[in-house]
Amino acid sequence: MAKRDLLGTQGMTGEEIIEILDSAESFREIAERRVKKVPTLRGRTVINLFFEASTRTRTSFEVAGKRLSADVINVSASSSSVSKGETLVDTAQTLDAMAPDCIVVRHPASGVPQQIAAHSKASVVNAGDGSHEHPTQALLDAFTIRRQKGRLDGLKVAIVGDILHSRVARSNLHALTTLGSDVWLCAPPTLIPAQIDQISCRENQYLHVTHSINEAVEEADVIMMLRVQFERMNESFFPSTREYCHYFGLTADRVRQAKPDVSVMHPGPINRGIEIDAEVADGPFSVILDQVSAGVAVRMAILYRLLGGA
Amino acid sequence: MKLVIKSGRLIDPAQDIDRVADLLIEDGRIAATGRFDLTDAEVIDASGLIVSPGFFDIHVHLREPGTEEAETIQTGGEAAAAGGFTAVAAMPNTKPPIDNAASVQFVITEAARHSPSRVFPIGAISKGQQGETLAEIGEMVSEGIVGISDDGKPVMDARLFRRALEYSRQFDLPVIQHCEDMNLTSGGVMHEGAVSTRLGLKGIPSASEDTIVARDLILNDVTAARYHVAHLSTSGAIEMVREAKSRGMAVTAEVAPHHFTLTDDAVGEYDTNAKMKPPLRSQADVDACIRGIEDGTVDAIATDHAPHHANLKMMEFDRAPFGITGLETAVGLAMTRLNLSMPRLVELFSTNPQKIMKVKNWGLFAGSVADLTIIDPDREWTFDVTTSRSLSRNSPFDGWKFKGKAVGTFVNGKCVYEDR
Repeated sequence: MAKRDLLGTQGMTGEEIIEILDSAESFREIAERRVKKVPTLRGRTVINLFFEASTRTRTSFEVAGKRLSADVINVSASSSSVSKGETLVDTAQTLDAMAPDCIVVRHPASGVPQQIAAHSKASVVNAGDGSHEHPTQALLDAFTIRRQKGRLDGLKVAIVGDILHSRVARSNLHALTTLGSDVWLCAPPTLIPAQIDQISCRENQYLHVTHSINEAVEEADVIMMLRVQFERMNESFFPSTREYCHYFGLTADRVRQAKPDVSVMHPGPINRGIEIDAEVADGPFSVILDQVSAGVAVRMAILYRLLGGA
Repeated sequence: MKLVIKSGRLIDPAQDIDRVADLLIEDGRIAATGRFDLTDAEVIDASGLIVSPGFFDIHVHLREPGTEEAETIQTGGEAAAAGGFTAVAAMPNTKPPIDNAASVQFVITEAARHSPSRVFPIGAISKGQQGETLAEIGEMVSEGIVGISDDGKPVMDARLFRRALEYSRQFDLPVIQHCEDMNLTSGGVMHEGAVSTRLGLKGIPSASEDTIVARDLILNDVTAARYHVAHLSTSGAIEMVREAKSRGMAVTAEVAPHHFTLTDDAVGEYDTNAKMKPPLRSQADVDACIRGIEDGTVDAIATDHAPHHANLKMMEFDRAPFGITGLETAVGLAMTRLNLSMPRLVELFSTNPQKIMKVKNWGLFAGSVADLTIIDPDREWTFDVTTSRSLSRNSPFDGWKFKGKAVGTFVNGKCVYEDR
């Protein structure tokens, strides 16, 4: 049987995504039990191979694997393995020789999960690569939205922030447009990538680009804020954090322009008072912690989908 | 020692020759063309084949000294011969760079000892290719450089580049620029466009090339030097060169085979063998390269042969080095992908490269060194990178099928490569 990977949401069909979300619904319930463990993946090995610091994603995968009874091994690798003379291919082949069933990869360079998947017999899950994709985040976001709204098609979803460098934005763009949401990308022109309107695999009428947060959040069903990375300021993408917040920060006033039942999301970690006001992050519209809970259920569904059955 | 190449189609645009005839070679030099039935000569049947002045690739990286695990002057020279090139011009970005008389002498000596093809060194423009002060250009000219360039990177400092253009005039030397504004490139690893956006890779905008070409053309206007644009890749830059030529400016330009063949789509799922500078660009740019070659805006096809050890190409796309090999696929690509007359092909691969560089010309005239490339225009063949003469394997053309091939390469009347 050919191995299956999850490398990105681009190219996934709506049916595939819905299957994962439906399956995650059944796994969600396990978190509510006193004994939060099922034997589904007993005897299977999952390696979390993280070349980049991460607390929430790595923990989420670890909890997901352990609740399915898989043996989970965390490897924090230096992304400068080159300095030891080891190529990426060597790393992949070395781990593969230990016969894991799944390798969960996070790496600061785009494309690394693809390269590892090509040299590994294990299923590979992309846990975030450079500015490319973070598919499990997009799936847990879709799961969260569906629980809040009961549907995904026809929703106005505003994604606000550093679109240029955001793998979360790309994965959400592919997944949400595939599922029929209207996605509004909002950022200063310096943080919108070239020809963004040409990358989605679905009809582009679902994709809008604006530089006005007011336009983006107006009548929005969902507002997804992205983390501002301060190191970007050295590259003159915007003049100062203060000016950025003035134009693109999510304030309570701006939230009031959205639908009365708007859901405010953030992939974390949050810069309180920078891209999102504390009162919004902690307010009644915030579903940020629901996203974290959903992460475990969705990642269980993904591991089950890739490894289950055999 | 006499050699007769019989019944080939002799093409040499510089001599206004295009006819089927025999070529008589004596003691490594062209003796005459006509009909020869000699009993004391070796005879090679070239019927159905094209006999051309030796092809000259004016843009290669031989990696010696410093990176001999990727290529040496010998293996690069062998790859050149196998690709039909009797001569190459070697870029100076070795370790250390070729920026002084002694290192030029090293390249010439090593080539004479080990390379089947001729190797003409190009000297650095600036000391250490640091872009700060001029290298000892005159001393390198005395040792035999045929041009100057800081290739691998641009001369970003406009004042220094102006000085290089001015200073080079006394030696009638081409000044070859790698056109890339490093501030605009800013860590980019592929063409900026829909593909880089989808893959989440940092883009190199076309403007990075266009702005330097524009600046240099203005500087060349005021210095009246011999400016040569290396590896043109954008429609905008090609249009500017076209316009400058129409005003009579002494500017020449080359295009690399991958830039008239592949678009940024070839990066696919992070194929590091599709990573080079300038990057593979859009279909409109590929079309502009082809139009430029057809209408004469582009003077030469040059490979930018840039071998890298396989280990380095197995790294993350962001980290893998820029460049691909090209010597053995250039003629096949030009003959398969472009719709050129044979005389135009010879111009692009031999006549014009000789004119651009400061070399003593060769051709199908009596007294010339017998440096010849024999082409079979009908030969169908497949490139297998594992059989490459280069020490490196970083080609995106492995397994590609071609029609048209160099089947014989002669230097000084001696066969250095044949594929019957």
